[in-house]
Amino acid sequence: MWSELFLTPFLAGLCLAVLLPLVGCYLRLRDEWLAALAYSHVAAGGALLAMLAGLPPQAGGLLAAAAAGFGKQALLGRLPGGALFPLLLLAGWACSMLVAVNHPLAERVGSALFDGQLYFADGRQLLWLFAGSAICLLVLRRLSASLLLSQLYPDHFRLRGERVWPVHGGFDLLAALALALATTTLGVMATFALVFVPPWLAFRRARSWRRALSLAVAIGVGGYIAAFALALWLDQPFGPVLGLLMVLFGLS
Amino acid sequence: MTQPLLCLTGLVAGWQVPATRPVDLMVAAGRIVGLTGANGAGKSTLLAAIAGRARVFCGQLEKKPDLRIGLQTQDVPPLSGLPLSGRDVLALTAASADGLPPWLADCLDRRLDRLSGGQRHYLALWAVLQAPAELLLLDEPTNNLDAQGVRHLAQALRTRADAGCGILLVSHDAGFVNGVCDEVIVVEAPDVV
Repeated sequence: MWSELFLTPFLAGLCLAVLLPLVGCYLRLRDEWLAALAYSHVAAGGALLAMLAGLPPQAGGLLAAAAAGFGKQALLGRLPGGALFPLLLLAGWACSMLVAVNHPLAERVGSALFDGQLYFADGRQLLWLFAGSAICLLVLRRLSASLLLSQLYPDHFRLRGERVWPVHGGFDLLAALALALATTTLGVMATFALVFVPPWLAFRRARSWRRALSLAVAIGVGGYIAAFALALWLDQPFGPVLGLLMVLFGLS
Repeated sequence: MTQPLLCLTGLVAGWQVPATRPVDLMVAAGRIVGLTGANGAGKSTLLAAIAGRARVFCGQLEKKPDLRIGLQTQDVPPLSGLPLSGRDVLALTAASADGLPPWLADCLDRRLDRLSGGQRHYLALWAVLQAPAELLLLDEPTNNLDAQGVRHLAQALRTRADAGCGILLVSHDAGFVNGVCDEVIVVEAPDVV
């Protein structure tokens, strides 16, 4: 397992196993957990469209998710009733499927995006993931108090004459990019499992915000390591093994 | 006399349409001003207009430049299901825990959504009350509080005012308003002549 063949993919996934539960905690705080699936599908659709255009799929995924994150505030007013993320999810899924059935190579890439391609992560990708995760964590740390404050006391920023859109817009963009980064590495459902389950469990059990963040990371990393080892040992795909483990964690 | 923190002159506030009669009032540093009146008189709407949430239809609303305002609304912060302790919330608004009553100080490390309604309300209120601000706008602060809590709140408001903070509060509790406020203004319903 620890040979070079598996060490690089393991470390690449580990970066995401730390980052995704933390992003998930703030998505859950804002009652936006469905964003995980929506941004992942948009990233997958963007990656396939980029491939059609002869561009690197990863760049397409990141760009599409960033556009969705950027456009979220503008679209929210026009799509009341919590419709934004379900519509983004549907758009991403529909684009992906249409590209996949109309392009011979796209079907394989599409399948890889939805199932995950962690074992193909190379040194360059690890570097990107490490740098991206570190930047996301730093930005998240900076935004944390403002995100909590704007959720609990929505008038706080206006009363102080401070602008709140950089906080919300910054987090939307961060979440979209982090999820796009994860989708092109772990796949759509493994990403969703790490964004949804650890925060869900941590929010039920932790007594304070800091403990919830720590617990979510512990569950995410623990589940990831166990899934990686189990998938190798049983010679099974990583994504479904992680998904099942997370479901078991959730039921325990 | 020191410069007033807040001065309303003939102010009519509302949401889509005017919801108050013209109101005149002034809040200076160290003063507690109470607004009372029947339900529907527009007391909360006035506070919302001062906070920039509701519309000002006519009249003047003057604030001291760069005035730092704290606002407590009747909307309960969405705490259900969130792993936030009392200490977390006080840290967010930079409010001090000094002066909290013992029955609340002992609960600071517990989750807010596992406290009683009164404890949760008072902690959320305390986070506004003790946050750095020159003017506090409080909307029905005694809601959910028992007699002990109301007494403690009255003392805390007086201590805050003595430290130089101006306070404008809305309450239907006539006894509380008359006991704690330096000035009481009765807001009449817009349809009452």
